[in-house]
Amino acid sequence: MRRTPRDTNESARKVSRRSLFLGGSMMAVIAVLGARMRQMQVEQADEFRLLAEDNRISIRLIPPARGLIYDRNGKLIAGNEQNYRIVVNRDDAGDVEDVLRRLKAILPISPEDLGRAMKEAGRRSPQPIIVADRLSWEDVSKVAINTPALPGVSPEFGLSRSYPRDTDFAHVVGYVGPVSDNDLKKLDTPDPLLQTPKFQIGKIGVETWMESTLRGQAGSQRVEVNAVGRVMRELSRQEGDAGADIRLTIDADVQNYMQTRLGEESAAAVVMDVQNGDLLAISSAPSFDPNLFVWGISYKDYAVLTENERLPLSNKAVQGAYPPGSTFKMATGLAALEAGVITTSTVINCPGYIEVSGRRFHCWKRGGHGNVMLERGYSESCDVYFYEAAMRVGIDKIAEMARRLGMGQRHDIPMSAVTDGLIPDVAWKQARYGQEWRIGDTVNASIGQGYVLTSPLQLAVMTARVATGRAVVPRLVQMIGNTTTPVTPAPSLGLNPEQLRAVQAGMYSVSNNPRGTAYSSRVVDATMQIAGKTGTSQVRNISTSERADGVISNADLPWGSRDHALFVGYAPAEAPRYAVSVVVEHGGGGSTVAAPIARDLLLRAMSDGIPPISAYPASQRNRIETMHNNMKLRDTAGNTPGSSRA
Amino acid sequence: MSFLEYRLKTVPTGAAKIFYINWAVVILLIAIASAGFLMLYSVAGGRIEVWAEPQMKRFVVGMVVMFAIAFVPIWFWRNMAGLAFGISLLLLLAVDFFGSVGMGAQRWLELGPLRLQPSEMAKVTLVMLLAAYYDWLDVKKTSRPLWVLIPVVFIMVPTILVLGQPDLGTAILLMAGGAVVMFCAGVHWLYFGAVLGLGGGSVATVLMSRGTTWQLLKDYQYRRIDIFLDPGSDPLGAGYNITQAKIALGSGGWAGRGFMQGTQSRLNFLPEKQTDFIFTTLAEEFGFVGAFSLLVLYTLLLAFCIASAMQNKDRFASLVTLGIASTFFFYFSVNMLMVMGLAPVVGVPLPLVSYGGTSMIVLLAAFGVVQSAHVHRPR
Repeated sequence: MRRTPRDTNESARKVSRRSLFLGGSMMAVIAVLGARMRQMQVEQADEFRLLAEDNRISIRLIPPARGLIYDRNGKLIAGNEQNYRIVVNRDDAGDVEDVLRRLKAILPISPEDLGRAMKEAGRRSPQPIIVADRLSWEDVSKVAINTPALPGVSPEFGLSRSYPRDTDFAHVVGYVGPVSDNDLKKLDTPDPLLQTPKFQIGKIGVETWMESTLRGQAGSQRVEVNAVGRVMRELSRQEGDAGADIRLTIDADVQNYMQTRLGEESAAAVVMDVQNGDLLAISSAPSFDPNLFVWGISYKDYAVLTENERLPLSNKAVQGAYPPGSTFKMATGLAALEAGVITTSTVINCPGYIEVSGRRFHCWKRGGHGNVMLERGYSESCDVYFYEAAMRVGIDKIAEMARRLGMGQRHDIPMSAVTDGLIPDVAWKQARYGQEWRIGDTVNASIGQGYVLTSPLQLAVMTARVATGRAVVPRLVQMIGNTTTPVTPAPSLGLNPEQLRAVQAGMYSVSNNPRGTAYSSRVVDATMQIAGKTGTSQVRNISTSERADGVISNADLPWGSRDHALFVGYAPAEAPRYAVSVVVEHGGGGSTVAAPIARDLLLRAMSDGIPPISAYPASQRNRIETMHNNMKLRDTAGNTPGSSRA
Repeated sequence: MSFLEYRLKTVPTGAAKIFYINWAVVILLIAIASAGFLMLYSVAGGRIEVWAEPQMKRFVVGMVVMFAIAFVPIWFWRNMAGLAFGISLLLLLAVDFFGSVGMGAQRWLELGPLRLQPSEMAKVTLVMLLAAYYDWLDVKKTSRPLWVLIPVVFIMVPTILVLGQPDLGTAILLMAGGAVVMFCAGVHWLYFGAVLGLGGGSVATVLMSRGTTWQLLKDYQYRRIDIFLDPGSDPLGAGYNITQAKIALGSGGWAGRGFMQGTQSRLNFLPEKQTDFIFTTLAEEFGFVGAFSLLVLYTLLLAFCIASAMQNKDRFASLVTLGIASTFFFYFSVNMLMVMGLAPVVGVPLPLVSYGGTSMIVLLAAFGVVQSAHVHRPR
């Protein structure tokens, strides 16, 4: 093909023109590129730098070790144990499902857990998958040996709560459990720590009331993570503070003795130091194993607990409000003495009942006690004596005395659902029912029936106050960290010492006068003698017709209709050291059921170990010895302090 | 035009050609490729054997090929243009039947130890064919409709084959490269105006076809368009790539975070960090200074090629030089626009820097043709 030079030159010029245009266009695009670079790398550099830092730096919380809980002698009640878990990192595992199948072959993984892990494996998330939790060291070792065949699998360890004395302290210390949505909702600004998976928080008892003390401060760790969230290195670390340890006033061995002594009865008992208010033991039976709750209790286990008619989950010692029955007579007696309406030598005749505005109020003794003075009123628990005394003094004075003795008020100890109880008076009935107070109400209240409700803790406080004449306040926490919680000497109640001594003498007779209602539960060792008061409170009305036919005995009634058995007391009677209260729900009579338990508890508190058999009346020694031999007590050596601390 | 018109005395012969090579271009190529080696070494976490070393070997092979081609007179390559294009088409067809699937598209052809991407070859051979066509065509006929239709068909055939793989990025590069040759050859402005109008229309059609039975693009391609228009709409899903790329680029700042200190690439936040997104690593580690310098190197390379084309009175030589330079320009500009969030992610590598064998060797071979045109220009 031929072409003229003119053509060639012209076309070459055209190419040149167009290539200039082309080059110009390219320069325009390049200018845009350069401008964009400048915009992003110079003007917006800080923004992007921040985003890049956001990408790579992750702040992880280091959960603090939860504070430990000890008894007064440094025995461990709530500890932390090492807990191993196995996690799989999606990024490193490759085929996650295959790795999971291989893990299943060497670890005890339940099908549910495996299913959950498989499902989680399908999701796109940088968080590692928790495959198995609460593993033993052996299981972890097995995984470690097989590491080459298990890409992306790594063991992690953390601390988990454990309660070595399981049932003994379920109601005192309570338990921790996984943080629930409910727990989070209750808080305005939840600690970010609570969001960490499997974090444990106090649910009831000391664990929850002292949560802030026990939890400690989380540390934090700045780590560099890659795109799939795997930690590449640690950038900086700030250690947190472990939670403070707590030392309770409880003696773990006495507590264990008490819990074992109550056994499967539906009962509660409190032993308290009358001098400083220290709670030496406080328990509710039947109990349960708090370790079940630490990882979230199964529906099956929970159903067993909730369906038990003896309510193992309720803390009867502080939460249970019972009619105190005759144990209330100390308040009635002291109020009447203080008002001067009776003296220690006032004689009241008991024909077995009294007639008040057309209604008959019976004494527990059908035939009556005849002429009764204060001391016999207590020792033989004559109801008519106190009906009469109460009518003379009036309900408001009795109520005031009851409150002075520590009833009808909430004692501030770190346990859940501590009840106020109820001490009725004229104003209360008007406010509550809009009704006038009737004289019959006073009669009922005088022997701790009717509206009166008290908890075993309140009864123990009342007893301690009667024993000392001082406003003793219960105390559960002895030490937080290294700081002893201060004990202020209890102020005097301002009672007339002679009147108080008269009431104490009456209580002494209850246990030591052969006609006393608790004489069979006496202590023969003169240094450990008990002063106390029995109580039997009705939970049903006895109709006139039944009374005419003869009151049905407790043994013939269904369990839920039987009387509550109560006993309060202190020992040694000469120099009071410990007060006790025992309530056995639907147990029957206070003298036959509650008093023996109270005696054992007081003797246990006063002695180092099992109560000496010499303290018991000779005729009962065989029976008591057999009982003690059959009791399954925990080894008194117990855990040494901090032995299970990680 | 034929070689007879050359004043043959002035065309260098034999080993003397070495002095007539466009050395500025060679030095720029080495500089750009070296930046690539450095970045490949960095993204491999300081290991040379992963990407940098194979890339260096290919570069050496490519340089040898370039010099070999440069020493062969340009008229030989003009005569070979048709054949080369034919082979490219055959290979493209072969890919459609026997190719390996990568990233959801058939792009590779396994030939023994070689792994070939015929679409890369097609970009260069198309440019050569069109340059040869306009060299052959009477200048007066350039803008006649029938003579315009023929090169359009040349362009459409490989484009359609590539779209079938599907490889949108290469298709765009093929069309752009071809159009530039036509434009420089002197085809009337109006044709380009019409094509741009039609192009706008077809873009609208493509977008409208979405969700219908005759949907023209794959779903993932539509998603990329969505994400391009609004990367924030899906920052963890499909928009993740571009978001992370922009973070890497922007966080480099003025001077960069230092060699091998780029957190975005080192911690795997960056996608395809050794191929399409390698520029972001460079920008992250060497900052605006480094990124802009690379842009300057590319611009200089373009400038030398265009200058060479403008000096060259041989129609084939200047058209092929312009075509290859433009293809090269489209490569890096589309790649940079893409990683800087100014264009949708279409899968175009950064020329001579991104890890990839065929692209490297084909580009160097193409620069061999450019060198040959330069060496054998009529004087």
